[in-house]
Amino acid sequence: MSSGSCNLLGAEKLTFRTRSLLIFKLEGCEGSTMETPLLEMRGITKVYPNGVVANRDVNFSLREGEIHALAGENGAGKSTLMKMIFGMEEPSEGEIYIRGEKVRLQSPQDAIDRGIGMVHQHFMLVPSFTVAENMVLGMEPRKGLGIHYAEAIRMTEETARKYNLAVNPKAKVEDLTVGMKQKVEILKALLRGAKILILDEPTAVLTPQETEELFRELQQLKEHGHTIVFISHKLKEVKAICDRITILRGGSSEGVFQTADVSEQEISRLMVGRDVVLKYDKPQVALKEPVLTVQELNVSDRQGNSLLRDVNFTVHGGQIVGIAGVEGNGQRELIEALTGGLQGVSSNGTVQVKGTEIREADILAIRNLGVAYIPEDRMSQGSAAEASISDNLISTRYRSRTLNKNFLLKSSSILELATRLIEDFKIRCSGPKQPIGMLSGGNMQKVVVARECSANPQLLIAEQPTRGVDVGAAQLIHQKLLELREKQSAIVLVSADLNEVLEISDCLLVMYEGQIVAYIENPSGMSEEELGLYMLGIKRQDAQQIRRALSHV
Amino acid sequence: MFKSKYFETIRTTAVILIALVIAFLIIALVSDNPVKTIGIFLFEPLNSKGHIGNVIEMAIPLMFTGLAVSLLFRANMFNLGAEGIFYFSGVVASAVAIHWSLGGFLHPVVAILAGSIVGAILSAVPGILKAKWNANELVTSLMFNNILFGIGLYLLNYQLRDAKAFANVSFKFEKTALLDKIIPGTRIHTGLIIVLALIVLAHFFLYKTKWGYELRMTGANRSFARYSGMKTAKVIILVHLLAGFVAGMGGSVEVLGMYTRFQWTALPGYGLDGALVAMLAKNNPLSVIGSALFLAYIRIGADLMARLSDVPAEMISIIQAVIILLISAEQFLKFWKNRMLLKEAREA
Repeated sequence: MSSGSCNLLGAEKLTFRTRSLLIFKLEGCEGSTMETPLLEMRGITKVYPNGVVANRDVNFSLREGEIHALAGENGAGKSTLMKMIFGMEEPSEGEIYIRGEKVRLQSPQDAIDRGIGMVHQHFMLVPSFTVAENMVLGMEPRKGLGIHYAEAIRMTEETARKYNLAVNPKAKVEDLTVGMKQKVEILKALLRGAKILILDEPTAVLTPQETEELFRELQQLKEHGHTIVFISHKLKEVKAICDRITILRGGSSEGVFQTADVSEQEISRLMVGRDVVLKYDKPQVALKEPVLTVQELNVSDRQGNSLLRDVNFTVHGGQIVGIAGVEGNGQRELIEALTGGLQGVSSNGTVQVKGTEIREADILAIRNLGVAYIPEDRMSQGSAAEASISDNLISTRYRSRTLNKNFLLKSSSILELATRLIEDFKIRCSGPKQPIGMLSGGNMQKVVVARECSANPQLLIAEQPTRGVDVGAAQLIHQKLLELREKQSAIVLVSADLNEVLEISDCLLVMYEGQIVAYIENPSGMSEEELGLYMLGIKRQDAQQIRRALSHV
Repeated sequence: MFKSKYFETIRTTAVILIALVIAFLIIALVSDNPVKTIGIFLFEPLNSKGHIGNVIEMAIPLMFTGLAVSLLFRANMFNLGAEGIFYFSGVVASAVAIHWSLGGFLHPVVAILAGSIVGAILSAVPGILKAKWNANELVTSLMFNNILFGIGLYLLNYQLRDAKAFANVSFKFEKTALLDKIIPGTRIHTGLIIVLALIVLAHFFLYKTKWGYELRMTGANRSFARYSGMKTAKVIILVHLLAGFVAGMGGSVEVLGMYTRFQWTALPGYGLDGALVAMLAKNNPLSVIGSALFLAYIRIGADLMARLSDVPAEMISIIQAVIILLISAEQFLKFWKNRMLLKEAREA
């Protein structure tokens, strides 16, 4: 860990030296392109009302017919930059040009009218509508007073055929897989005449197989003459399909490069200011007695549909059990069963922490047993945006005797605790009194992790602990999880990041349709592709192998 | 220069100034002698001991209801029930003041406590409905205002009414029940001390105790509070109890401090004014003092203006309307904040 911080300091110096170099490179780049770019942003600065500077004097340009990667850590300002192209935000300063003409994009409709389409990270579809209805939303073909449904289907099919993206126009969106939903989003943009297509982290929710399919589709679109902006922090993918890359760091542009000219290491160094190594040395930790025991856990919804079936596993002190699976295969319900969140469903079986049944216990009782929980959604569950960092840090321990004296909270102890955690977790902020909502996503997540990890929990449930955070923050969070493991905590790690679950976990459970379909020891030896087969339900182990999750032998 | 973190203060000041400017414009249109009228409106409330006393007397009930509403708003409960409770607790305190006789200082204490406790219990009803069944507290509390007013008026008419009086008023309070005047030459009563103490207590409660912390977190993000292990339903019921207690105490103190009989035959309006006070105070207990004084000041100003010039006191509702409108309009002056932010960002 100490070497990590050393690295950071070294890297900071390094980037200062390279910055002047980069400027030369940039100028050279622009000099060679004589034609007017399709889209150009000059000197863009964006400050949000809460004081967050998302972009600082950024230049960005797109050539017709290219796939342009926009890479950067989370909170580097990628999404904000794209929101400005799509008219969802207006720049505080700077200009946008389309084919050399200065434009002002005040709403997404302005952007759509100029041939810009965006596929958001969280899909903007109406789940209860059919594909065709979603496709024509806001531009419905009319027949009398109603919508001309047959025409909507014809339009959908025509667009799908034209771009070779197969979808079923009559299917309901809520029944579609994530990959399919994404396809609908892309088609939706194309139907509205998009020539520039912005994809915000399109692969974050896809399996490796679905990702490959998406790449094929993007290549096709490129051949059709479309220009694509591909936002990602997965460098392998950027290298695989992008022509040029713009790298953002801390809201500023670090330069534009031909993707072929830069290596993954160079990109990541520019993104973070240091080399990314997602390899960890895990010391052997002897297994203690089981902390969490889940036996014959079944959960079904009101209609009687099974959400979890015969789930059995144990987690011992000093052990990290990873849970992998495509989203929506029962992970949600499993976590709810472990954290007192099951509501509106029927369940049976045992869920015990150190021998105490918790399946139907309330949250406070579960927390008092020493269970900590890093929730997936840091905004709606994990924090109170308008409250200060220190208020957010004490939310699970404000009752404790160390923080209270008679009837009053001890401000000095709280301040001390907050200062220590801010330092320990390298939370970048102006001080413990700053509202947490002003922090970047990664720093906000560090606050959540700091709160949950610092209480020395018996059991920690970490749900997507590094989703949407930069590599630096992810590394720090991983290290903290491993530290807890050494301190004999039991850890359940649920994550869609395959690299993370494979690398961090001592053993791995794969969930598919509410069941555990595989138990994998030493997962770091397994390839992401093989894991993908289990996740898609193509492969599964026999019952006996899966039962090993109970005894770990 | 101005910093963006002072923006809310600047914004509130700007809102008040704009409202005053609009008031001046209206006065200029209506009045034959606008300069004199504006002078009366602005300076008359402060130019004699009696007038300053009037401002403070009026600020006392506003502080009570402003504090009650601030607590509710802090917990993100948009509850406007302080109105009905203020009225009904006044009736309860009056009943105690009329029908009991207790020696020394005990009489007002008992009367006020009775009013406060009844207020707390009544307020718990919308609280429980919200906490247990998620019934919208705005709807239930507004309904409750009407119910409480109806019952209160019934009690006044059939239980407390003095048939010998010429108006619809209660019997006279026992002398022992009345609150003492604390500053000679004015009607300022011990209620001022009570409310100031209450505000300081509320400040400590909110920012320095674990219950206050629970309240603030529940208000900031209820699902975060629940996730952290707080029993948010209990917190919601607690804040309703507290707010009801404070509003009820306000009604009781007002009745015993300012009147010798109970004589409200309509809702006095202090509960809804409390919402305005809370908005101006940004739901901070200590700021309630200033904003209640300000509201009382412009009210007394308008009153005096009506008496001494040709502009009616109703003009004040225009000022209030403008203030409420602009304070609740989130986009107001946003562009200016953005510019300040941009400047700070460039300097950073």
